[in-house]
Amino acid sequence: MRRMGFRKALNYVMMAATGACTLLTVSILFVILGYLVYNGGKSIDWNFLTKLPLPPGSEGGGMANAMLGSATMVGLAALIGLPIGFLGGVYLAEFGGKTFSFLVRYMADLLNGVPSIVIGIFAWTLVVVPMRHYSGLAGGIALSIMLIPITLRSTEQFLIGVPRALREGALALGAPKWKVVATVVVPAAMRGILTGMILGVARVAGETAPLLFTALNNQFWSNVNEPTASLPVMIYKLALSPYDDWHRQAWAAGLVLLAMVLVTNISARWILARGISVQKG
Amino acid sequence: MSVGKARRKGSFWSNLHKGDEIAHLVTFLFAASVLLVTVLLVAELWRTSGPSRTHLGWGFFFGTDWDAVNDKFGAAPFIYGTILTSVLALLISVPLGLGAAIFLAELAPPRLANACTFLVELLAAVPSVIYGLLAIFTLVPLLREYGEPFLRKTLGFLPWFRGPALGIGFLAAGLTLAVMTFPYVIAISRESLLEVPQDQREAALALGATRWESTSQVVVPYARLGILGSVFLALARALGETMAVTMVIGNNPSIHASLFAPGYTIAAVIANEFTEATGAVYLSSLIELGLVLFLITIIVNALARLLVVATSRKGTVHGA
Repeated sequence: MRRMGFRKALNYVMMAATGACTLLTVSILFVILGYLVYNGGKSIDWNFLTKLPLPPGSEGGGMANAMLGSATMVGLAALIGLPIGFLGGVYLAEFGGKTFSFLVRYMADLLNGVPSIVIGIFAWTLVVVPMRHYSGLAGGIALSIMLIPITLRSTEQFLIGVPRALREGALALGAPKWKVVATVVVPAAMRGILTGMILGVARVAGETAPLLFTALNNQFWSNVNEPTASLPVMIYKLALSPYDDWHRQAWAAGLVLLAMVLVTNISARWILARGISVQKG
Repeated sequence: MSVGKARRKGSFWSNLHKGDEIAHLVTFLFAASVLLVTVLLVAELWRTSGPSRTHLGWGFFFGTDWDAVNDKFGAAPFIYGTILTSVLALLISVPLGLGAAIFLAELAPPRLANACTFLVELLAAVPSVIYGLLAIFTLVPLLREYGEPFLRKTLGFLPWFRGPALGIGFLAAGLTLAVMTFPYVIAISRESLLEVPQDQREAALALGATRWESTSQVVVPYARLGILGSVFLALARALGETMAVTMVIGNNPSIHASLFAPGYTIAAVIANEFTEATGAVYLSSLIELGLVLFLITIIVNALARLLVVATSRKGTVHGA
């Protein structure tokens, strides 16, 4: 039997150690944020937001085309991925049987775990090879393939969370099932479903790997049928370049991207948390 | 007039009772499309990696030369680099992440735990290219100037800490991946720990155990499957991670024991060489690497999910 004093001391030491682990991991977020604000904040100005990229050494280049390209491709991904994921999720939660639903769920989880670079290869064989050129369209499709399983699973999860009594009440009033789903169940879960969608879109907006050989990159404005610049790919290219002023641009672009992702995440979670507390009260 | 309208309206609505079948069919088609996409993904990877599989056969996995000019393609350096960096990352992130999970689930007051969990979730949302950006401009110079010389001086007798301090290489990639896998280890481990029934803790404390003894000898063993699941999940993330690793690994297809040496991973070589690959065998060998990565990650993911599901089943049985 070990002495009590030793056991108590070990207790405090280990508790402090786990606290230190937490402090370390949480502080990483602030280190990232602080570094990006410190290094990138100086370079964000009107030119950065409205001008095209310039060769190294010239002042006043910007990243407007990359921001527009990111917005276009993420919008395209949302347009394709969200409806498929949403309706698939409705099927799993409301209409699905056993075997087929299990299979769909399993495949969605599998797709969710596929490394993003492999999604890039898939979109390349699917879109770039038949079209014979890189395009923003291919990039958007690559991102939508990542968005589908995320939306599907979160939609299903929130629909299952809707109380049975609500469904049964509506059915007892004589409403057909599709009407129950469309006017009672989905609205009841809407806040959660939307949050899931926003988080999913925020996640694919930061993806680089699926765009590397689908959307490629572009120094100029582009439409969806041409190679398209995006913020993440721009950051990657600029960070690996040997020029100091390109590095500054990379920091600034990183700050813009991170701010976008964090603001979306925080507001989505805030909306969700507020919704739950309102329902409880 | 109004009666007729009402009747027509009535028949319209009653017709739409068949809408159940339409709704079922429409949602079914969308659910089926998920299945289709996944199957198509596997089929396309298999088909397009065909030339490489027929030309190189099983030797592909054991070859150590990567020489596009002479049509020599060996995957061994990439597989080695992928596994080495991922294992290195887990060696760091699992103990630290588990410590943080224990703190958040067992020891911290609820408000602090919630705030920290929220921050950890945000950490998981940071895009990987931003981790890469930070790693290349902060971690790599730090390793080059201080970290690696220090390790060489103190642990240089081991084969892992020898050679010139370049900054970039296996160590930098492993450390970056460690930071990136923290959130997964913490989130899933914490959930498994929270699922441990309260009476387990109370029983241990009633027998005179200290808080730490109850945690380490009762709660953690009870949740071990879920914790192991979180490790596998983090491993799957680390294996498939592309951007951050590509930026700091050094892009050198060779096998070194030293962690200071530059290396390569499967995901990194695909990211770097895919658009420049000329020749059918070169391109399809990169796609075959993608197929290998895909297979490894789905196996690891499946193991992770099995373990997490196993613990939550066990939890519900105990609860009921």
